[in-house]
Amino acid sequence: MGHETAVLVEGVAKRFGATRALRGVDLRVPAGGVFGVLGPNGAGKTTLVRVLTTLLLPDAGRAFVDGIDVVADAERARFRFGLAGQYAAVDEQLTGRGNLRMFARLYRLSPRAARRRADELLERFELIPAADRIVATYSGGMRRRLDLAASLVVSPSVLFLDEPTTGLDPRGRAEVWTAVRDLVATGTTVVLTTQYLEEADRLADAVAVIDSGRVVARGAPRELKAMTGSERLEITVPAVDDMAPAARVLRAATGIEPVLRPGSRTVDTGMGGAPGEVARLVRELDAAGVVIAHLNVRRPSLDDVFLRLTGRATGQAA
Amino acid sequence: MRALDAPPPAAASPGTHPVRILVDGGVIARRQIEHLLRRPAGLVGELALPAIIVLLFGYVFGGAIEVPGGGDYREYLLPGVFAMQAVSGIGVTITTVAGDLARGVMDRFRAMPMARSAVPVGHTTASLFTGLVNFLGAALCALAVGWRAHRGVWLLLAAFGLLCLFRYATGWIGVAVGLSFKDEAGADHAVPLLFPISMIANTFVPTDGMPAWLRVIADWNPVSAVTAACRQLWGNPGMDRTHTALPLQHPVMATILWSVGIIAVCAPTAVWRFRVAGRH
Ligand SMILES: Nc1ncnc2c1ncn2[C@@H]1O[C@H](COP(=O)(O)OP(=O)(O)O)[C@@H](O)[C@H]1O
Ligand SMILES: [Mg+2]
Repeated sequence: MGHETAVLVEGVAKRFGATRALRGVDLRVPAGGVFGVLGPNGAGKTTLVRVLTTLLLPDAGRAFVDGIDVVADAERARFRFGLAGQYAAVDEQLTGRGNLRMFARLYRLSPRAARRRADELLERFELIPAADRIVATYSGGMRRRLDLAASLVVSPSVLFLDEPTTGLDPRGRAEVWTAVRDLVATGTTVVLTTQYLEEADRLADAVAVIDSGRVVARGAPRELKAMTGSERLEITVPAVDDMAPAARVLRAATGIEPVLRPGSRTVDTGMGGAPGEVARLVRELDAAGVVIAHLNVRRPSLDDVFLRLTGRATGQAA
Repeated sequence: MRALDAPPPAAASPGTHPVRILVDGGVIARRQIEHLLRRPAGLVGELALPAIIVLLFGYVFGGAIEVPGGGDYREYLLPGVFAMQAVSGIGVTITTVAGDLARGVMDRFRAMPMARSAVPVGHTTASLFTGLVNFLGAALCALAVGWRAHRGVWLLLAAFGLLCLFRYATGWIGVAVGLSFKDEAGADHAVPLLFPISMIANTFVPTDGMPAWLRVIADWNPVSAVTAACRQLWGNPGMDRTHTALPLQHPVMATILWSVGIIAVCAPTAVWRFRVAGRH
């Protein structure tokens, strides 16, 4: 396995009663950079992270973090990874400083080293002003930062972040993104799960898309986008009733099923990529009497990839 | 940006090493004690609870209860109150452990290379500390209502030693049970059910007034042995008759055996539960 592979997952399966949360997941996460695990709610992201961080035993398959078997050699593996879960795993009734000192002591730092390490992390995550306040008084963003700090008490080879920005406001999200980029610059491999395609697109070097406990696609965000064709055309019409005729014209002209977004009165379609295609589609819409209020040509997003791969929009139940 | 030049992990002594268990258990115990000290209301409650029981039983019910062999009811009652405080270690650790399970912090503990027994050890140690606060509250109130130990300071302290041992043992029952709850709410429902454990005993009334079947339960209840041991060591009334039940004939030995037995059964169960709970 050597140094090039940070995480190796082979045929990992896990069921909870009748729910098959993971149905044979295979992954290889190269060392360095950010690896995104992208999937809608209930896809199995948290289950996968819990197996990799020794919190759950898989029913089948094997998994290695930094070359160490997380089932057979769980205790050694625990020195190699950090975990910031979906919910901040810190002690609400202690101060931020108290939390970090406690975790540092449990990572076998001496009392003095633990104090020093806590101070470093508080400074690094801009928590000094709140350091001596009870965590229960922290904002969501501060809690996430403290949680992140706690998972970095000993520089882990691999850091697992389970939906690190879910529930954060844009500012909190930007803070976490910056922290992740800084970490990667120091050589840590980050495995990040997310429901947000934008997040995977912005942060990840490679992505695995999972759905219903299976990996349905993997590759660089760029490669995944290539799967949905070249560019997409968004036509906004004046009224919701105008969407159906517009969709009919586009379907006939491109042979691709368009996506309707009634909220914004937008019809969104993939294109074949032929030269002059946009002009041709606009002419056909015009000829059919469809009034175009607004027109946008854009590169496909990972949302489009997901729709293409699973036949469902993200966030929609299976 | 500051480089995250963390110190390398210490030489990996396994999590079963006795030193690791002590150090990590101490860190967790300190955390639990800090929780208590940070809530002055909680601390006052732990002090006041035994006082309320002394007042309630000593003055409200006391007049109606006849002490076997004669003697002052409040002198008879106090060993029972101390024993009740000792057995309440069950409820304390059920609540604190279930609270941890409900919060994400337990996941962090589990994902860390700390001793697997540290969390149970920490909770039981902290429960012993809370017990000392309870005993202090009971002792202050006891002195105020005229209770005295009549057989000297060594036997006085020996009884407190037994109370601490039993308190520590019952903390292990609570951890073993508490780890089976999903959250604090379940535990909150369960804790009041423990109330009869300290009532179906010789704590507040003599057992010979109970129906025969209930009396057997009461006489073999470990809380009765603890109460009887305190009465014996402190020279309080209620001990000057031949008890038929074996544990009450040798209450000091019975208390030690009960405590050791409880720890021997519950500690491995609790640690095993901590290792596997939620991993399946
Ligand atoms: N402890 C559990 N008990 C029963 N079902 C569970 C448990 N944990 C997860 N599941 C189920 O497994 C599936 C995957 O869940 P999860 O891994 O949390 O997905 P995600 O993190 O991608 O939202 C879901 O259907 C979820 O309901
Ligand atoms: Mg999840």
